[in-house]
Amino acid sequence: MLVNIHGNKSHTIVDDALKVLENMTHRGAEGADKKSGDGAGILVQIPHEFILLQGIPVPEKGMYGTGLVFLPKVEAEQAIYLTIIEEELASEQLTLLKVRDVPTCSAVLGHDAAASEPVIKQIFVTGFREAADADRMLYVVRKRIENRVNQLKTATKGDFYMVSLSSKNIVYKGMLSSLQLREYYPDLTNKYFTTGLALVHSRFSTNTFPRWSLAQPFRLLAHNGEINTIRGNRAWMEARERVLSSDKLGDVKKVSPILQEGMSDSASLDNVLEFLLMSGLSLPHAMAMLVPESFDEKNPISEDLKAFYEYHSILMEPWDGPAALLFSDGRFAGGMLDRNGLRPARYIITNEGMMVVASEVGVIDFDPTTIKEKGRLQPGKLLMVDTEKGSIYYDGELKKELADAHPYRQWLSTNRIELDTIKTGRKVAHKVDQFERNLYMFGYSREDITQLLQPMSTAGVEPINSMGNDTPLAILSDKPQLLFNYFKQQFAQVTNPPIDPIREELVMSLHEYIGAIGMKMLSPSMDHCKMVCLENPILTNEQLDILCNIRYKGFNTVKLPMLFDAKEPEGLKKALEELCQKAEKSVDEGVNYIVLSDRGVDEKHVAIPSLLAVSAVHHHLIVAGKRLQTALIVESGEIREVMHVALLIGFGASAINPYMAFAIVNDLVEKRKIQLDYATAQKNYIKAICKGLLKILSKMGISTIRSYCGARIFEAIGLSEELSTTYFGGISSNIGGIGIQEIAEEAILMHQKAFQEEHDILPNKGLYAYRKEGEQHAWNPDTIRTLQAATRSDSYEKFKEFTTAVDQKEAPIFLRDFLGFKAQPIPLEEVEPVENIMRRFVTGAMSYGSISKEAHEAIAIAMNKINGRSNTGEGGEDTARFIPDADGSSRRSAIKQVASGRFGVTTEYLVNADEIQIKVAQGAKPGEGGQLPGYKVDKVIAKTRHSIPGISLISPPPHHDIYSIEDLAQLIFDLKNVNPNAVISVKLVAETGVGTIAAGVAKAKADLIVISGAEGGTGASPASSIRYTGISPELGLSETQQTLVLNGLRGQVKVQVDGQLKTGRDIVLMAMLGAEEYGFATSVLIVLGCVMMRKCHTNTCPMGVATQNEELRRHFVGRSEYIVRFFRFLAEEVREQLAEIGVRSMDEIIGRTDYILQRKEVGTTKKHQLIDLSKLLVMPSLENHAAICKVKEQEHGIDKVKDVTIIAQVQEAVEEHKEISLEYSIHNTDRACGAMLSGVIAKKWGEKGLPDETITVRFKGSAGQSFGAFLINGVYFKLRGEANDYLGKGLSGGRISLKPRARSKFQADKNIIAGNTLLYGATSGEVYINGRVGERFAVRNSGAVAVVEGVGDHCCEYMTGGRVVVLGPTGRNFAAGMSGGIAYVWNKDNDFDYSCNMEMVELSLLEESSQRKELHELIRQHYRYTGSPLARTMLDEWSKYVEQFIQVMPVEYKRVLQEEKMKKLQEKIADIQFDY
Amino acid sequence: MGNPKAFLKIDREEAGYRPVHDRITDFGEVEQTLNRNDRMLQASRCMDCGVPFCHWACPLGNKMPEWNDALYRRDWEEAYKLLISTNDFPEFTGRICPAPCEKSCVLNLYNSQPVTIRENEAAIVETAFTEGYVKLRIPTRNGKTVAVIGSGPAGLTMANQLNQKGYLVTLFDKAEAPGGLLRWGIPNFKLNKGIIDRRMNLLEKEGIIFAMNTAVDIEHLPDGFDAYCFCTGAEQPRDLDVPGRKLKGVHFALELLSQQNRILEGTEFSPEELISAKDKHVLVIGGGDTGSDCIGTSNRHKAASVTQIEIMPKPPVGKNAKTPWPEWPIVLKTTSSHAEGCVRRWNLCTKQLIGENGCVAGVEVEEVEWIAAENGARPQMHLTGRREVLKADLVLLAMGFLKDPSVELPANVFMAGDAANGASLVVRAMADARKVAQEIDAFLLPA
Repeated sequence: MLVNIHGNKSHTIVDDALKVLENMTHRGAEGADKKSGDGAGILVQIPHEFILLQGIPVPEKGMYGTGLVFLPKVEAEQAIYLTIIEEELASEQLTLLKVRDVPTCSAVLGHDAAASEPVIKQIFVTGFREAADADRMLYVVRKRIENRVNQLKTATKGDFYMVSLSSKNIVYKGMLSSLQLREYYPDLTNKYFTTGLALVHSRFSTNTFPRWSLAQPFRLLAHNGEINTIRGNRAWMEARERVLSSDKLGDVKKVSPILQEGMSDSASLDNVLEFLLMSGLSLPHAMAMLVPESFDEKNPISEDLKAFYEYHSILMEPWDGPAALLFSDGRFAGGMLDRNGLRPARYIITNEGMMVVASEVGVIDFDPTTIKEKGRLQPGKLLMVDTEKGSIYYDGELKKELADAHPYRQWLSTNRIELDTIKTGRKVAHKVDQFERNLYMFGYSREDITQLLQPMSTAGVEPINSMGNDTPLAILSDKPQLLFNYFKQQFAQVTNPPIDPIREELVMSLHEYIGAIGMKMLSPSMDHCKMVCLENPILTNEQLDILCNIRYKGFNTVKLPMLFDAKEPEGLKKALEELCQKAEKSVDEGVNYIVLSDRGVDEKHVAIPSLLAVSAVHHHLIVAGKRLQTALIVESGEIREVMHVALLIGFGASAINPYMAFAIVNDLVEKRKIQLDYATAQKNYIKAICKGLLKILSKMGISTIRSYCGARIFEAIGLSEELSTTYFGGISSNIGGIGIQEIAEEAILMHQKAFQEEHDILPNKGLYAYRKEGEQHAWNPDTIRTLQAATRSDSYEKFKEFTTAVDQKEAPIFLRDFLGFKAQPIPLEEVEPVENIMRRFVTGAMSYGSISKEAHEAIAIAMNKINGRSNTGEGGEDTARFIPDADGSSRRSAIKQVASGRFGVTTEYLVNADEIQIKVAQGAKPGEGGQLPGYKVDKVIAKTRHSIPGISLISPPPHHDIYSIEDLAQLIFDLKNVNPNAVISVKLVAETGVGTIAAGVAKAKADLIVISGAEGGTGASPASSIRYTGISPELGLSETQQTLVLNGLRGQVKVQVDGQLKTGRDIVLMAMLGAEEYGFATSVLIVLGCVMMRKCHTNTCPMGVATQNEELRRHFVGRSEYIVRFFRFLAEEVREQLAEIGVRSMDEIIGRTDYILQRKEVGTTKKHQLIDLSKLLVMPSLENHAAICKVKEQEHGIDKVKDVTIIAQVQEAVEEHKEISLEYSIHNTDRACGAMLSGVIAKKWGEKGLPDETITVRFKGSAGQSFGAFLINGVYFKLRGEANDYLGKGLSGGRISLKPRARSKFQADKNIIAGNTLLYGATSGEVYINGRVGERFAVRNSGAVAVVEGVGDHCCEYMTGGRVVVLGPTGRNFAAGMSGGIAYVWNKDNDFDYSCNMEMVELSLLEESSQRKELHELIRQHYRYTGSPLARTMLDEWSKYVEQFIQVMPVEYKRVLQEEKMKKLQEKIADIQFDY
Repeated sequence: MGNPKAFLKIDREEAGYRPVHDRITDFGEVEQTLNRNDRMLQASRCMDCGVPFCHWACPLGNKMPEWNDALYRRDWEEAYKLLISTNDFPEFTGRICPAPCEKSCVLNLYNSQPVTIRENEAAIVETAFTEGYVKLRIPTRNGKTVAVIGSGPAGLTMANQLNQKGYLVTLFDKAEAPGGLLRWGIPNFKLNKGIIDRRMNLLEKEGIIFAMNTAVDIEHLPDGFDAYCFCTGAEQPRDLDVPGRKLKGVHFALELLSQQNRILEGTEFSPEELISAKDKHVLVIGGGDTGSDCIGTSNRHKAASVTQIEIMPKPPVGKNAKTPWPEWPIVLKTTSSHAEGCVRRWNLCTKQLIGENGCVAGVEVEEVEWIAAENGARPQMHLTGRREVLKADLVLLAMGFLKDPSVELPANVFMAGDAANGASLVVRAMADARKVAQEIDAFLLPA
């Protein structure tokens, strides 16, 4: 965004804005045709002079409205829409003055864009009496036009789109690339086309496909990022609309629906912002309401402002997600960041009154002497310019004004009830009558108690399990299922980063409000605060009792039974209808909250599955326009797990009372099975649920339960479409399945069981561990023993026994069990040899650390032998393994994984890869991080992970350099630069929508996309994640294949799949569904001796496979030969299958779903007959003739990077260590500078690189992202100017210094000079920055040294080693998850302790001389490399300044250091004694 | 689960047997017991496997991980409840089951020290009896009646299962007391008959009608029952068709064993009927468990010598690669009876019994070789011609049992256990009976 603060208009601003856009080409995406962009556009003030020059007789400025309109190409059709426009204008007494044909240059368009190109006209509207009303009238009329068009039945109505209609600004946009915008709209290059501000944007779409209308900016804003909460926001907007009234707008129905249908998340946000503005809210007010910053006690904002946020959080759930938002209404222009600051936004203000805000710096050149201020938007903060007044408003003053507008604090304190503070004398039982019977009625299993409730109420956390889920989907199981089991959690990957709810707790909140939200949210009133505030959504029996009996401030509640009559046919359906009616009636009677309860179950009455009841009532009330007036509370015996609670909230419940779970906890206490009193046990249980909830929220990147409630972030497997649309708001359910009848049957079955027999012991359903009478497991004694026997005795016959047991199991477990293929046999000899097939096999990412050295190396050796590829996993690799062994075998893993922890990801590691895999998610726990506790980190593991033994290692949930798809593109670019020969792959987990993400990943130039099935294994994951997250590989793979083919992108990427693959048949089916390569992990471990103990997480694997315990490792019996045999057998079986089908090679069946048949005969239960897999078998290539497998290479564009030039000049330095000094200018378009050079050096010299400062390169200007990434020993980069994000990423020994340009006038230590996430995953090296930097400085640093003069939030997060010196202010949450290394912070204002996350660290003054010395040396070096004036001052008055420093030391690290010290001391003593 | 790391610290500890010199003087049970604390420690070794192979290997599907855990937590009552949820009579199996579970225990694979599952089982049920956790469970009658014929492991299980489901069960047996092979076949030193009586007492109180001394066959079914189930076992012993078979002093193993059991119950036998090994050279033909029982019994008779011969080769000691874990290992098994003194020989085929005065005096045997066949078929026996005569004045034939030929059954007549499947383990018979009991239930009272 470019703004002239004084509103001075010029054409230069347009021109510069377009240049800005062109300088950020790398942030946009292009389609398969290499020409179509995902979308680009510009928002400017209406160019009045230009319009007059076009001969359009518009009245004076502000008295007319104009905007572009997209129309269908067919001329006859255009008239329809123009007529509507004219008529609607007329009905508001406005005139359509003129329709102008907007000149365009279609020749520049790519194929895809041209195919959907609209005709673009500009309309001019006059007839306003007052300029002040113009925009509001235009808004209303535009909404009316849109609504009328929506009601049309014409085929072309989708082509109609009103880009903007305003009296102040105008938007030009289209499905263009950054470079095309200027050419496509000649208007923009006309020198009379002037503006005082311009907002540009180019799009990289991931969650929706590119369309002309989805290009940004929208009417008011442009958004870089993602709104993770969009589903909930949209649903609640819909509900809210029914009760909204706006004094300014009059009848809201006229503009309803506020949200345009079928648009992107950003468009919806724009819609709401526009509505709020038109209703009279100020821009800052609307923005602060929509995208509030976090306001718990960890956040340093005033109490008044907190109250402002709390008040508004009652009215509106946050629109939350990574977001850099730039907005303008033509007069005001500003920017703001989401609460967690997950997108970059840097600004520059010049002495000449220009302000530029952009994702990067250096997008436009300014003379260094003219720069007044360089800064960045901070998490949750606003910055705004009033171009009329010519002034800049910073966050503080804007927010203060908002907070002071009304006495929010008082409103809240006198009206809002905090449930936790209410005491009652009433006695409420924890027990239930008929306890035993109820256990059966609600389908409890022994495991529910022993594996879930017992550990939860003892330890306060959800239990951890290991290995994957190999039981049948709910729809496939022959056992009656709880309705919950049909649902799967969705999660963020790539585009919306998950959050770390533990380390970044300060942005999370489980606060819920229940009650009625008044009808007039737009009019501020204390009445809105008449709410009950809950600390978290779990209600104890006492709390529920209080809620039901509050008679205060007009609170009123009703309990509605969730029961149906088992004997009545259609009983469930009827009961639901009645329930909905009763709920509606209750709202009419003014009930503030409705409790849905199944307490009344008895012999005649069956409980309605609580999820069905809640969702049905929730959706019914939304449709009836009565949802906001009440809150839903569920009191159900069914609820026991985190997932159950999440589902109920996700489908509309505000609070939950799991009374049977409490009764069980009580029973455990009474029977002394847990040694706690009831109150503590209950507290633990609730704590565990809450922690689990935070985890589920955060894996979708959602911070507050307010935006999760009703957001339906789930998908279903095995619900019929009818059921999904009728009761579940139409959530995705792709394979058909059960209807209301089947739900009733399953419920009745459980109910009957409860009344049939007498029971002594609760049955064990065998979900977590195999039981004969329980659920089937794909890995069972028979499959395990036959596979082991086959590979050990080298018996193909035995192997066939194994595959028969898998392929012809009694009842289906996986969807593929329903698939078969057409056969037209040919002789086996004609089929390609096993060697060809084995190349397609890879093993899963299992780190050395999760499995033993022996197992890890056996796998590598075997895969190298068969020319497959093994995967090192997230944990680095011992460099000794890069060199082949004497016997010719190689222990080097061909695939090197880059995961969020970046453990051991050094330059040398990367250059020793054939494939570099970016793990975005893992099948067993997508969207979650991991932690290797310190006691598991032994010497060797510490070495490969570049850390210290005994120090905990945390893998964050997100990659801190992937908050959006363009970031992923950048990481791919970085890695490709380091190792141009490696294939770059991206690992995703199957979920609905993965196809769209994969398309984005293909555009981000990945060479290979891995689709992981949710059934994949794990060394340790929360139990609910293993069971309830992600979907089957079949579904994910087919969606990916179809989407890629549909978009013509499949030809440039390979697709790999994994997830419980075992036999030749599995491989052939996956090939037909679209995969070229196949991953195996659990099966390989079983070949190596694993017997599915599922004890990986306890480090007690008795087979020595998944343990580091030396004693246990001695029992490892696996051998690489066994794995070779396994894959040989597998390939042989594939050959047999190919011969059976009648093809000669694998290539012939990739993506050929036309070979597949759905096998109806497999079904053994009634439910099986309801499955419809036809959606999996669609072949879009039949229509668009696009490639269905990889046919060409990606164009990575790394042949023109700056490093190519540098490398050419440093040949001698690299070869002969001859010192060299070079100088270049640098621009933000020069990205990953230094990566390729480092790769070249590492390839030749390994980790040690070159002697210090062999190569010195001076750069002048603004460096692009990832400056000095993976910079290796011996290279020194001296940057004069500024840098963007990711400077020093993965630093491997190199040195970087950064200071402002020579003639800069601004004070370096007060201005932002580099971006976010610097030094991410650095392992060694030095960085000196004379200036401040953004968020997450030195995140996951494990050995680099850095000095900087001010940092943003989350500095030193997850750091495990190295030194960080901060000579300036720090943001919030310093040292979160920091387990090693030391930070020294200049605590000038004595307030550092507030910003520091004290979970893992200790603060102290510098007491020991060694520390003082170390700090002095670091600052001296800083001065030496940057000449920092501040450093000079400090060194000059050292004794004064050193007292002002605080040392931040992780407690674990301190212990390790002390132990080391003791050890050294003891050695010394031993030496002395020896001397005597 | 128990203690996740216990298996690393605690070794398997078997309760062991009474000392040989002590135990061979009587017919009391030879096995000892651990104190409760040690038992708890043994239970703590169970690792609660994700795939519990013990549970898989157990024909009854006992849930060892669950009751071992309960045992570890000293919750004997829950352990007992878990145990009887799959096993009608753990006091029998806990004593005499060869425990396939322990062979399949992952700890057996790990260091050949499986969890002491069988002993834990016995400990749980015995404690349950002492502590009074075993309670009468008198069912509500459903109005249907079933006749169960044969009161061995299968018949008792069948009767118990159906009785608990509400059927009025009459249990027929041709013998004078219930128990079948448990009572008549298994020596008291392995299974004290008081254990059986204790259970019969319970069953009777729970409503099962015992009709002893009543032979029933398929041609003559008693009237008035809705269904019948034959649990008559596999009673036909495999015979030896060689010269001299008719000599005196040649007996089937069960003749000796059942007589001994009856003597201990107080039945008196005339000297002509009496089979005694006292001061005799006993030759047991057949190397299985029944043979082993004959050895133990003979030694208690104070035989002059005991020799056991087997036609098959001596199985490997310790581990057998051909039957890898978790399969049942075919390896040399040495029982408590073997340890009490006997000579064991293999690869010997009996050619003839040599008599003196109509009584057996020796057995001529010939050494055989087993030639491995190609393509995994059974090895072929090959006579070597090397013959010798073993001195023997009491010969006991313990060469297994034959299955009766299958017969067509009327719809309401069922068959379970060894009678249906041929001779096998007690647990298999019990497991089969549980399965067939469900079929009978489904037949009589369809849902």
